[in-house]
Amino acid sequence: MCATCGCGSVSAGSVSAGSVETVTLEQKVLARNDELAAHNRASLAARGIRAVNLMSSPGSGKTTLLERTIREMPGPVAVIEGDQETALDADRIRATGCPVTQVNTGAGCHLDAAMMHDALHRLDPAPGSVLFVENVGNLVCPALFDLGENTKVVIISVTEGTDKPLKYPYMFAAADLIVVNKLDLLPYVDFDLPLCRAHVKSVNPAAAVIALSARTGENMDAWYARVADR
Amino acid sequence: MHELAIAESIVDAVCDKAVGRRVHRVTLRVGALTAVVPEAMRFCFDLAVEGTVADGAALEIVELPGAASCRSCGATVMLESPILLCSCGSADLAVTAGRELQIVSMEVG
Repeated sequence: MCATCGCGSVSAGSVSAGSVETVTLEQKVLARNDELAAHNRASLAARGIRAVNLMSSPGSGKTTLLERTIREMPGPVAVIEGDQETALDADRIRATGCPVTQVNTGAGCHLDAAMMHDALHRLDPAPGSVLFVENVGNLVCPALFDLGENTKVVIISVTEGTDKPLKYPYMFAAADLIVVNKLDLLPYVDFDLPLCRAHVKSVNPAAAVIALSARTGENMDAWYARVADR
Repeated sequence: MHELAIAESIVDAVCDKAVGRRVHRVTLRVGALTAVVPEAMRFCFDLAVEGTVADGAALEIVELPGAASCRSCGATVMLESPILLCSCGSADLAVTAGRELQIVSMEVG
């Protein structure tokens, strides 16, 4: 707005006064987040820790997948839990004996690199461990924010609908790996697994897809192999 | 509403670079494949500038189309969404443009 008369013309008055300067910035909007994410990534690598960012809509079974993973996967595991409110998920993880810290974002809809950084200082995961970061249940916003993880995983469940990759393409495009959970419920729902794989391919040809059941344990070995591989 | 977090990042960055001078205009470059909605961005920007040296600043958004090259037939494909499909039927595309999210410049004085 014009500083002289508030007319909505941005520069006219100021230009005549010869005081307006255009400053070229040419910088990434999320430069600060990306710098902090790079710092997180380097400090994790220095301690041999692999970080896995788990993103999904609420109710896909992220915490159930984590509970079984903690019980069964060889090697040390640590968890950062992100939710808008409560420590309910952290309590579930803590009950397994796994080191865990909870991040509450309040009104925020995603974790960012600064929250991850603070959580890492609180948690101090053991060298050589796999660190799972359970992002806020949301298939939109977390896609944009690099935390410093090694692998981005999107989890969907067979109760959610075959077309989810097409409806939330930004999230699926950002992922390295797609987990399709609740495979034990497949006989009871209309979910079309081959078509879902094709939809994933249409937004992200490079992403791998693993279908499993965190409840029954079916195909969990493929998940452990993939996580250990990264 | 990730646009609010993004708007706050923009305002932090320009206020930092303005070193106390008044910010009148900020120009952004936003690719079509970034999941950033320009209207939501403007709404959040107006909230994020309140009480800063950029209070009342105009936000100009330069929207860039998405583009990809087809690994099957070599064609350049324009993309309006992240759904990758070439007219040859292939979905094996390499995105070449549309993921930009940058602060281009600002007017201060």
